[in-house]
Amino acid sequence: MAVMTYREALNQALSEEMERDPDVFLMGEEVAEYDGAYKVSKGLLDQFGADRVVDSPISELGFTGLGVGAAMAGLRPVIEFMTFNFAFLAIDQVINSAAKMYYMSAGQFPMPIVFRGPTGAALQLSAQHSQACETYYTHAPGCKVVTPGTPADAKGLLKAAIRDDDPVAFMEGELLYNLKGEVPDDDDFVIPLGVADLKREGSDISIITHGKMIHMALQAAAKLEKEGIQADVLDLRTIRPLDVDAILDTVAKTNRVVYVEEGWPYAGTGAQIVSLIQEEAFDHLDAPVLRVTQADVPMPYAKNLEALAKPSVDRVLDACNRVLYR
Amino acid sequence: MAETKTRNKNGGAKNGKKDAGAAILKKHGIEEKLALDLLRQMLLYRRFEEKAEEAYAIGKIGGFCHLHIGQEAGAAGCIKPLREDDYVITAYREHTQAIAKGMAPNAVMAELHGRVGGPSRGKGGSMHLYGADVRFMGGHGIVGGQVPLAAGIAWKIKYKKEDSVVVCFMGDAAVNQGGFHEALNMAAIWKLPAIFVVENNEYGMGTAFSRVSATPVVERSLSYGIPASSVNGQDVLETYAAFRDLAEEVRQGGGPRFVDLQTYRFRGHSMSDPVSGTYRPTEEVEERKQKHDPITLLRDTLFDAGLLDQEGLEAMDLEARRIAGEAADYADQSPVPDPEELYNHVWAQENHGRLFFDGRERGH
Repeated sequence: MAVMTYREALNQALSEEMERDPDVFLMGEEVAEYDGAYKVSKGLLDQFGADRVVDSPISELGFTGLGVGAAMAGLRPVIEFMTFNFAFLAIDQVINSAAKMYYMSAGQFPMPIVFRGPTGAALQLSAQHSQACETYYTHAPGCKVVTPGTPADAKGLLKAAIRDDDPVAFMEGELLYNLKGEVPDDDDFVIPLGVADLKREGSDISIITHGKMIHMALQAAAKLEKEGIQADVLDLRTIRPLDVDAILDTVAKTNRVVYVEEGWPYAGTGAQIVSLIQEEAFDHLDAPVLRVTQADVPMPYAKNLEALAKPSVDRVLDACNRVLYR
Repeated sequence: MAETKTRNKNGGAKNGKKDAGAAILKKHGIEEKLALDLLRQMLLYRRFEEKAEEAYAIGKIGGFCHLHIGQEAGAAGCIKPLREDDYVITAYREHTQAIAKGMAPNAVMAELHGRVGGPSRGKGGSMHLYGADVRFMGGHGIVGGQVPLAAGIAWKIKYKKEDSVVVCFMGDAAVNQGGFHEALNMAAIWKLPAIFVVENNEYGMGTAFSRVSATPVVERSLSYGIPASSVNGQDVLETYAAFRDLAEEVRQGGGPRFVDLQTYRFRGHSMSDPVSGTYRPTEEVEERKQKHDPITLLRDTLFDAGLLDQEGLEAMDLEARRIAGEAADYADQSPVPDPEELYNHVWAQENHGRLFFDGRERGH
């Protein structure tokens, strides 16, 4: 095991996969000479040259479509969005082209492409730069969605995403890049898509979550422990494919569930998970499933309002207490 | 059919016209055999589209169906000069372009009918024809959406140090889309081997290009330093010669090219739309059909050059009708997709975990 940051783990994954497969290239804004807006691609230009680490113009729709065309022709592009906030300009190419190409062509054109970049709020970046975007991509059949929350998951899942033959929206946590953690040394360390990870074991309540929110869930679980409550914290890691067995297992074990996500509530990931639980594990439930989400408002700038808008440990605890009828 | 009626009953050359007809071929560097083949192709495209029109009228083809009638020179003239390993990508008025690139008329017609004999097993339809084996890259339904994809295909050619080219078709309305400009800029900065062709039929659906555009089509690539030319897209010989030369320039590493292919559609935007009316007068359509039909123009040139007579033309047309008729029969007889086809080809790779969330049985 080596200790490294989330950023370094992503960098290693890119470097190893580009070394492994000459058809993998990285394109996006500032990825080459600037080493990446968040320095995820640091050093890759020197390692692989300007043909494979490519600074794009600020043309999200254009370079996303270019990636899709390159994937049609047989390459395995990694398209970096400086943040997924900017990918709204490109979502036509992700949904209408990438996610549907294999189907529209009845299997003639697989689409091995990764769209990656940070998602979710950072600090006081206000409405247009602070949003969790995973739901937009999860909604469309044909697009896989991955949300790593730790350095090890970041590395293992990015390698799996690059090797996958379907389009993958790989959504990193903007506030996680400096997070340190242990990462296996094995240079073929791949975490299969669709496998959830029980980040903490308990038996009284399940906190299910994904991405950056696992850390908030773990903090809440630690506080609950002091009060004698043991929580399962299940990290979905990938939202589509979804590890339904892991969800049903934790529900059967604890009979009480809180879903925590960074995004908005309406038709959010939690809404899907709640629907699934009531359809497939209704008899296991001892309480309604509650969700903790961002307030149903655009993100405000003012520090106090921003704190109010975001999910918080206190809100998670409050939801847990309600589900536990305490 | 107007295309097979001659100005003089016997066809063939008259007086000094023979030399003029031959001179036209010579000017474009086109051999007699090729010229005849271009006519043969265009007749096939027209008869094919007429068959599709018939099938649509009786409900055998549904949805949106955009015919290429009047614009056939754009399929034959732009695609026939290409090599097999060159790529074509286009929008949704693409039946004839798919055939020109080498897809079987039977398969194309079956796709229009939503049958398994189609290249997408009936799941793509009229707007989403794909032929990976002949490098026909679709068949795209969002105006201008295919233009960045073309840049990506060209990117792959350059990345792999190959010498193919990409021909990317779009309608005139696509040049007002953002993705068009982003793609042209990228093609220019990276000198990508692509020819961007605007099939400029003067109307984006029911809106005249001039009403919604500050500058003409041919000027749209100039800000990116991409050389542009206007080509008479009703003259298949001129079109063929232009694309033969452009493909070579691009193949040699000359970077992207832009073509304003001036053409005209003789039908409505799609089968659900009127041919004329509030947006263009009937007289205009009739005049273009009379004077600028790509098939009659080439026919007359070939008659004048003494390379074709009435009998030869009729034989050619009969063959085109036979192929189109056979395609319609094939499509009719091809089965509808099995229900389990619904869930095939959504995902290229299964993983651990669930990919489908509708809770239905998937039949396999």
